[in-house]
Amino acid sequence: MWKSEVFLNTVRFIILVLVQVLVLDHINFWGYINPYLYVFFMLVYPLNGNKALLIFLSFLLGLTVDMFNTSGGVHAAASVFIAWIRPFVLKYSFGVSYEYNTIKVNTAPFPQQLVYVASMVFFHHILLFSLEIFNTQQILLILKSTLFSGVFTSIVIFCTLYLFSRKN
Amino acid sequence: MQQILYFFIRNKNFLLFLLLFLVSVGLTINSHSYHKTQFVSSANFLSGGIFSAKSSVTDYFDLKEQNQKLSEENKRLREMLQNSNSTSLRDSMSFRNDFSVMEAKVINNNFSKTKNQLTINKGSNDSIAIDMGVISPQGIVGIVSHLSKNYASVQSVLNTNSQVVAKFKKSNHFGTLVWDGAKPNVVQLKEIPRIAQIAIGDTIVTDGKSTIFPPNILIGTVESFKIDEAKDYYDINVTLFTDMTSVKHIYVISNNYAEEIKQLENEAADVEE
Repeated sequence: MWKSEVFLNTVRFIILVLVQVLVLDHINFWGYINPYLYVFFMLVYPLNGNKALLIFLSFLLGLTVDMFNTSGGVHAAASVFIAWIRPFVLKYSFGVSYEYNTIKVNTAPFPQQLVYVASMVFFHHILLFSLEIFNTQQILLILKSTLFSGVFTSIVIFCTLYLFSRKN
Repeated sequence: MQQILYFFIRNKNFLLFLLLFLVSVGLTINSHSYHKTQFVSSANFLSGGIFSAKSSVTDYFDLKEQNQKLSEENKRLREMLQNSNSTSLRDSMSFRNDFSVMEAKVINNNFSKTKNQLTINKGSNDSIAIDMGVISPQGIVGIVSHLSKNYASVQSVLNTNSQVVAKFKKSNHFGTLVWDGAKPNVVQLKEIPRIAQIAIGDTIVTDGKSTIFPPNILIGTVESFKIDEAKDYYDINVTLFTDMTSVKHIYVISNNYAEEIKQLENEAADVEE
């Protein structure tokens, strides 16, 4: 059981990085809107899994994406941040008891899923674009990018969630 | 002592987060200052290898368009060759061999962010070095910023950290070319003094005062301009000749005297101090 979990997360890590840097970074919808699907890794990481490990893996994931984009550490910072706030977002969207009962992200009711995905994506994107643009005069651009990319990312995440969910 | 230990154990997730977060922010700030060594870049065997595998497939998609561009460049160069007599040809093209040109191919291209970088398939093994200029068949592209043995990252002109010296082809008034992050085909030319006579459609070329680009490499044409009343300078929008969204074949230009010039400038600066 535990081994299959490790294998699954490793494969997910590699596939998400490759899909992100080879396909999704080149969509450029309306000229500048790209989805950041790799956030999916942090979203579906086992809900009762080791939190420190998640923070470390998110750093690694973000840094890998940064390496492909030559973007310093912006993806790493945003990923580490949402890995850290994940327990709070989980509590807020699924209720206090998420750790003890058998809630799964892909089988939860849609409104709860939406709150969870949208808040995680929002926190990730606002930090990502603030650090990337890094200019207080461009706040409007930061907010615009966060909104449009965030909606795009959320849609792609929901598609992935429903396409690859194992209902068991 | 026990208290401190408990504190660490209780907050280990937060402390781990804080540590990794500060490392990431440090890397980000480091990447904003241009001349510092950057640890994480796409110029390494892993990302370079993956990108060149990708481009060996995707290269076929726009083969026609790329061929068109190269043959247009050939036409332009041939016209220059035919129309110049042999003496001026020797003057402009074999004059002391200041610059050598290497061809390379873009294997990954960004243009939708505010800090765009390209990855090319040549590196230090092909005698490419940091700070060399990169041009496309149509005009300038950027400056080499990171290097590995077989790959290099190029800081695109579409990067809010980029600064290139540029001038008007007709009048030699020069200024700095920067990008505001808005459109991938429009860059801004700053610090052109008010006395300059400018008009929409004027051609902007590289200046040649820096060691990076040779003079008179095409950049773009004036799209619109207005006067910054407070500073007595023009704010000029320049439409690039290079289509940054589809750049593939590029030339890396190395100044054979760059080291000598830099050394001389450093010595002069030392004397002044």
